[in-house]
Amino acid sequence: MSEPAPVPATADGLATHISPTGDVATVASVPAASRRPRVIRRSAKFIVGCAIVGTFIAVGIIGPFFVHGQNEISDVGLVGPSGQHWLGTTNTGQDVFKQLVVGARGSMTIGVVAATLAVILSVLVGVIGGYLGGRADEVFSLLSNVVLVLPGLPLVIVITDFVANRGTLVIAAVIAFTSWAASARVLRAQTMSIRERDYVDAARASGEPAWRVIGFEVLPNLLPIIFSQFVFGMIAAILTEAGLAFLGLGNTDAASWGSMLYFAQNGQALALDAWWWFIPPGLCIALAGTGLSLINFSIDEVVNPRLRAVGRPTGGPRNAVRAVAERTAAEREQRGAAGAAHEDAPRAARFRGGHE
Amino acid sequence: MTVDLAAPGQAGSLVLSASDINVVYHGSRPTWAVRDVSLDLRRGEVLGLAGESGCGKSTLAYALTRLLRPPGDLTSGQVLFHDTGPDGDGSTVDITTLAGEQLRQFRWRKVAMVFQGAMNALNPVLTVRRQLADTLAAHLPGQSRDERDERCAELLELVGIDRSRLRAYPHQLSGGMRQRVMIAMALALRPDVVIMDEPTTALDVVVQRDILREIDRLRQQFGFAVVFITHDLSLLLEISDRIAIMYAGRVVEHGPARRIGSEPGHPYTAGLLNCFPSLRGPRRDLRGVPGNPPDLAEPLVRCGFTDRCRHVFADCREIVPPLSEVDYLPGGAVACLLHDGHRHPAGPPPELHGIDRPPGTVGGAPAAPAGDTGRTIGERA
Amino acid sequence: MRYLLRKVLFYLVAVWAAISINFGLPRLVPGNPVDVILARTQQTQPLPPEARAALNLQFGITDDPLWLQYWHYLVNLVHGQFGLSVTYYPAPVSTIVRQALPWTVVLVGLATVIAVTLGLALGAITGWKRGTWLDGVLPASTFLAAIPYFWLALVLQFVLSSKLGWFPLSGGYDDTTSTIGPNGSFLSSAIYHGLLPAGTIVLSSVAGWMLGMRNVTVSTMGEDYVLTAQAKGLRPRRVLLSYAARNAVLPSIAGFAISLGFVVSGSLITETVFSYPGLGYTLLQAVTNVDYPLMQAIFLVITLAVLGANFVVDMLYGLIDPRTRGR
Repeated sequence: MSEPAPVPATADGLATHISPTGDVATVASVPAASRRPRVIRRSAKFIVGCAIVGTFIAVGIIGPFFVHGQNEISDVGLVGPSGQHWLGTTNTGQDVFKQLVVGARGSMTIGVVAATLAVILSVLVGVIGGYLGGRADEVFSLLSNVVLVLPGLPLVIVITDFVANRGTLVIAAVIAFTSWAASARVLRAQTMSIRERDYVDAARASGEPAWRVIGFEVLPNLLPIIFSQFVFGMIAAILTEAGLAFLGLGNTDAASWGSMLYFAQNGQALALDAWWWFIPPGLCIALAGTGLSLINFSIDEVVNPRLRAVGRPTGGPRNAVRAVAERTAAEREQRGAAGAAHEDAPRAARFRGGHE
Repeated sequence: MTVDLAAPGQAGSLVLSASDINVVYHGSRPTWAVRDVSLDLRRGEVLGLAGESGCGKSTLAYALTRLLRPPGDLTSGQVLFHDTGPDGDGSTVDITTLAGEQLRQFRWRKVAMVFQGAMNALNPVLTVRRQLADTLAAHLPGQSRDERDERCAELLELVGIDRSRLRAYPHQLSGGMRQRVMIAMALALRPDVVIMDEPTTALDVVVQRDILREIDRLRQQFGFAVVFITHDLSLLLEISDRIAIMYAGRVVEHGPARRIGSEPGHPYTAGLLNCFPSLRGPRRDLRGVPGNPPDLAEPLVRCGFTDRCRHVFADCREIVPPLSEVDYLPGGAVACLLHDGHRHPAGPPPELHGIDRPPGTVGGAPAAPAGDTGRTIGERA
Repeated sequence: MRYLLRKVLFYLVAVWAAISINFGLPRLVPGNPVDVILARTQQTQPLPPEARAALNLQFGITDDPLWLQYWHYLVNLVHGQFGLSVTYYPAPVSTIVRQALPWTVVLVGLATVIAVTLGLALGAITGWKRGTWLDGVLPASTFLAAIPYFWLALVLQFVLSSKLGWFPLSGGYDDTTSTIGPNGSFLSSAIYHGLLPAGTIVLSSVAGWMLGMRNVTVSTMGEDYVLTAQAKGLRPRRVLLSYAARNAVLPSIAGFAISLGFVVSGSLITETVFSYPGLGYTLLQAVTNVDYPLMQAIFLVITLAVLGANFVVDMLYGLIDPRTRGR
């Protein structure tokens, strides 16, 4: 599976700040909540990303209500795109476009469910471990590191094969169980850094029980990171589910883009030049992944301002000062000549040194 | 804390003269961080640059050394370096016009900088020796490896660190030692000017005193000029020859350190001086300077201190007070309309009255008889 | 030293975890896995009656208490006894694994090395030259990084093998013209057949490395020590290499574990697309044939290999980051 961006942390999980895509920055604070929405709303990445993802989610939710008969077999056989079948048909005459729409629901559902489960797990292990410190932290981080280092897909493949039932929830659970560890590590590092802040100290000193401190002081500040890990989780889940489905190990409840590719592969789509069958599902997966990555990058830019695009005012760098100077001159004129006489007389003396 | 007082400012030649420096930070709301600042630095003198956070003093330092990074932009001004030192060629070069390889070669040889927070200014993955050596290698390619290593060892010993520490990594050194390494690095090429940006702020007072002593000793040995940037005015009073006070991007006052300390001309300076108690004077209320500095995204066609000034009057909001010489505040200049005889005929309030300031205030200068006339700006004999 | 010790202990724990998971897997199956196997194979490939006893023995699913089963399992493991494969009955699993292993190791190993080197270098350069035309590369790489490996494999196979015929469609080498062994014909055939699978893996994973490295490089460029290096008048190349990249590469290496996991996963599936005779392809065969012994063995081998690679990289990290060597 391709990973949009590695989510690294320092080797021993040293408590340095790790932003959503994992780069270590010395900026250790999450900016004030009031500033965040304004900055993020203007970001092109955020807008495009949300547009893409929003479209897919919308299609997934309401699409199947409008699109029926994606599993209808017809004797048209393998046919390319036409007015009747916008993206052509499969080898059994099923409409590819309709399947794509229904598949959106399957893929996005797994993505959301698996990511949610993974985030819950990673918050439990990462935040609690990071906050408690000491022995508990050692155990928790050992757990995360071990799960982290075991390769995911082979484990997923093997588990899903051994397990009989392969419904949506089970598949999502298996994916979540093998992918929560990376997020846990990131959250742990963040929690450890937040734990040192004054307001957390103040809460602890005033006798607030640990669960309250975690719930009301620590967690709210972790929200951007948690959200970003959720998005990561979705990307990974969609890709993993696609891979599983492609291998024939997929969700037995619902169709997805991955299962379309499975049938395409089995139906010799490649050999039969049926590009309309296997290109669209993969493209959708890639687009969904790209949209989610863009959202993550825009969050990253908010948390780590150095990543923001540096814009210069149009017309060259001197405009800002020129604009300001022009405003100054205009206002000066407005005040009239009254003060002008006095302004000219004294010298704006240069800073001279040395003579005492 | 007492440190040997700086040697009195030699009437040396100019080494650095900057004029009309303007720096803007571009962005959705461009900020005009440094406004029309001009300053001269003489050979071997210590110039203290004081002001609160956000007044532009660090930005100014970065602008002078061409280290501004986007979105910061030096929009106008020139910085002339007069290469009149013992190993200079007597030429004058405008640093703002240098570019590319020329700029690279100029860097560090004549003007070096000691940054704030040496914790982060040293590369964590390279040894001290490597970081000292690559400075030398970049500018003195003719040196052999052994010569270079010997030089690095000398540099460390210069700042009081044993040469065995050459093999150490930054994280293995204490804060004070790291700062010393930064100073040694700054002196590697025997520059004419060393700009120090809050070099002791992050250190405890004992180490602070050691570092300052070190700087002073080295300055007397090698004769370089120092621009010492800090928010700690009391520190500057001890170690500087001259002091410049910055506020809201402008220099609002400058002058000899002793005079500034006892006879300030600007209300802001007076306010700063009133922030710390005298060790030996009578107890009094500490007033400080209430309020906040103005928003530098605004053009500010007035004195930036109006919202916080006890002596503000109507004209203050009309124009930007020009930096002007004042007779009873010798050796420097002030940007305050209280000293403008035309606009404020009543004259400045007692605490800004120069040698007539009441005894018991900071500096505790004995009251000299009043009776001066002609305290107006612009009148010369 | 402490760092080394901690890492060794950690990996021992991880290996133990992998082994134990492996032990637990067949016991996840409701009922007796042996029955499941026999039921499935009856239809396609009926097994001789002795197979049942052999399978029982092999799985260690006896009436013994669990810890005793576990002990037998460990003993068998140490002796390399993975049992007999169902798919290739009666070939021992270890033989099959041993045949498939080198293909995967070489393919994934080489592809990863190329992808990492390329990705880190490109990331450093695009992070360094920020604000120039190079930034246009980013949207493309984001998209590339989101493409599923196997789909990219399909597309490449379609375009480059099927349509243009530049590369072979499948297989590890051409078995009609050469035999396995250290001979030129085999080697060149193997390389030729490996190009497309390796290319797929490199293309899919390089973007991830590049984007991560770029972000860290941009952050690092804002660090004080980079500013100091520039202030000192060092040559730009030296600042990039010794100050910026040298520090920026650390988080990427630290995060190697996660990235390698994804690369391995993707490679497994890529192998199936190209019918490349590596562990991935064999694993899929095993899955299709409910060949539990083979699946278990492959899972263990892959996991141990990944752990080994991570161990090597962690040691490397300890070498290049002096802060790990203790105060």
